[in-house]
Amino acid sequence: MKKSVFMGTLAAAGLVATGAMAQDAGSSTLAAVKDHGALKCGVNPGTPGFAAPDASGVWKGFDVDLCRAVAAAIFGDPEKVEYTPLTSAVRFTALSSGEVDMLARNTTWTFSRDVDLKAEFTGVNYYDGQGFMIPKDLGVSSAKELEGATVCIETGTTTELNLADYFRTNGMDYEPVPVESFTEAQNQFLAGACDVYTTDASALAASRASFENPSDYVVLPEIISKEPLGPLVRHGDSEWGDVVRWTLNAMVSAEELGVTSENATEMAAGTDNPEINRLLGVEGELGAMLGLPNEWAFNVITMVGNYGETFEANIGESTPVGLARGLNALWTEGGLIYSPPFR
Amino acid sequence: MTDQKSTIAFVRTHMLEQLPPPRGEVGPAKWIKENLFSGWFNTILTLLSIFVIYTALSSIIPWVFGGVWSASSLAECREILDGAHAACWAVINERWQQIFYGTFFPSSEYWRTHVAFVLLLVAIAPVLFETVPRKLLFVTVVYPFLMVWLIWGGSLWGPIGVAAGFIVAYYAGKIASNYTGSGLSALIAIVAALVWWFFVGPLVVGMLDSVVPLLPLREIQSRELGGFVISMIIGVSGIALSLPIGIVLALGRKSDLPLVKMMCVGFIEFFRGVPLITLLFTASLLLNYFLPPSVTFDLTVRVIVMVTIFSSAYMAEVIRGGLAALPKGQYEAADALGLDYWQAQRLIIMPQALKISIPGIVNTFIGLFKDTTLVFFIGIFDMLAAAQSIRANSEWNGITWELYIFIGLIFWVCCFSMSRYSQWLEQKLRTDHR
Repeated sequence: MKKSVFMGTLAAAGLVATGAMAQDAGSSTLAAVKDHGALKCGVNPGTPGFAAPDASGVWKGFDVDLCRAVAAAIFGDPEKVEYTPLTSAVRFTALSSGEVDMLARNTTWTFSRDVDLKAEFTGVNYYDGQGFMIPKDLGVSSAKELEGATVCIETGTTTELNLADYFRTNGMDYEPVPVESFTEAQNQFLAGACDVYTTDASALAASRASFENPSDYVVLPEIISKEPLGPLVRHGDSEWGDVVRWTLNAMVSAEELGVTSENATEMAAGTDNPEINRLLGVEGELGAMLGLPNEWAFNVITMVGNYGETFEANIGESTPVGLARGLNALWTEGGLIYSPPFR
Repeated sequence: MTDQKSTIAFVRTHMLEQLPPPRGEVGPAKWIKENLFSGWFNTILTLLSIFVIYTALSSIIPWVFGGVWSASSLAECREILDGAHAACWAVINERWQQIFYGTFFPSSEYWRTHVAFVLLLVAIAPVLFETVPRKLLFVTVVYPFLMVWLIWGGSLWGPIGVAAGFIVAYYAGKIASNYTGSGLSALIAIVAALVWWFFVGPLVVGMLDSVVPLLPLREIQSRELGGFVISMIIGVSGIALSLPIGIVLALGRKSDLPLVKMMCVGFIEFFRGVPLITLLFTASLLLNYFLPPSVTFDLTVRVIVMVTIFSSAYMAEVIRGGLAALPKGQYEAADALGLDYWQAQRLIIMPQALKISIPGIVNTFIGLFKDTTLVFFIGIFDMLAAAQSIRANSEWNGITWELYIFIGLIFWVCCFSMSRYSQWLEQKLRTDHR
């Protein structure tokens, strides 16, 4: 620690002379990550199934696995990640200030975030949509009947804006109860501080499953928004964006091609399918093009798993979160998960 | 006078035993009658209060004491309780380590925080109680360096190297004072220390480390710290640093030198006028905009610096209040004795001003300690964040009160002891005849 303090103080002193150079746009994030020896990944401080430290302080979850996958691709070691838990209000500032190298924090890909906030979304790892949950005894069966309801809503999120849009389009009034986090929202809702809890349908399902009497609450049928959740990086470093994007694509392609963490080693000996060979680095130089070792995708798949495996392990139907694949099935199975070819 | 013999002696020759006062006029009965049932209005209020207290306790007590202590998940708790309304303390039983030591602190290194805590008690004892042997002040002086070594690990040479900087400064200043005035020699001392800390020290420490690492402990990164431990680190460092800085600022504000005065007033007014959370955001997020990407400036240190700056500004005003409350005669008496400025401050002004300011000082300390929970917003896993992450696990999703009550209790114990100590100290230092 001492050394970094020395360096920090020195740098702060040197700052006066050099002027605020800030983030040198030319510097490569990938080089900085390799230099640092670990990936700095911004995650949610606690959303069941997506990101949370377990009893021994190890980060687990669907979004966390994406951080681990990128670390596996770069270092061949999924543990080389420094996690920074971020609230929804500070996540973009943390990314643009360089406090983290990437965000894997159930963040919705929108026009203004992509363009105006200078973030670069590198794919979608979960297609979500916003829904409503109400106590059964409210006696409401459609979101159109929620005129005048009090609504618990996380601040600084797209759900907040969608809610306003939806109520405006339908000519209804509502009273927002702003909350800071998923768990706080859940408590407010259970305590009766609001009639309606609205957030992404995946979180609603996970939340309802944890209630003492889940059957007293219903999720309304309306899904009022598109919420493509995905990882993002800073604008202006496309090479780094490529690393994150193609790590996710490798996980999707692996599922599509039937490569799993179990059979990848076997397949890496060489198969008759040239795309699998290219993916696993047996043929071609795809890794080198990214500035990574050629077995990068092989490492991702063996150390973290393919897309379907991480889904099942963290949020799938066998877990307490219990989400069905639905929209997040592969395109070949009626879903939206699709990766460009590895060629 | 007719018959002397028949006269009945009406003066008692011995005292009667004192009768106890009537039962309604003494003890609890009297107190109750006078305080709770004096008049119809108070009687109604009393009965109402009893009813309110009863209803509250009759649901709280079974909830607290009927709680489940061993279960591995909330679902299991609910199964054991079988519909009864009671606490699920099992979450504390299962996860208290994460709340105390932080979510990420390696469990094999817990002993280091224990040692650091015990040493902390030893180090502050001679400062707090004058009956403790003065020799223990040595522990107080070396404690900051030991603490850094115990918590962050690494070789002991690093903290020794930093400590050596102070010794270098001392001797440089002493030698220089033989040749120049006191102002210049102080400057020379500071320059010598800086040269040591930034250029010579790291080289020497690096060399010593490569030859023989002294008592190396496993290194622990700042982001692995959390829970009660991080609150203590930030709180204790902030408290220990803000008092001296606050004193200097308060004196500076009352100084006759315009430059010193302006700087102190500017510092105090700026940092007192900005919310702490803003300073923390600056420390954690905005600072990176100004630093080259390769530079990492330890987050815990950044936070300690900001918390210290913030509370020193408050502390300065509290102490200025104490200074202002001193009668002018005290200053004049010090001058009349021929004491110079620092002697007067040390012997006459400060002891009295600080005594007057004790309630305000402790107030600031308690506020500072509780403000450490704000670090949650910049990604440090303090107790509240640990609680949130525990609740995000599928086993404990849905639990609330138990965790917050536990954390609240920890804070209450700390703050209440500070408050009791300050009351004791005020009592002890009281010299007036009221």
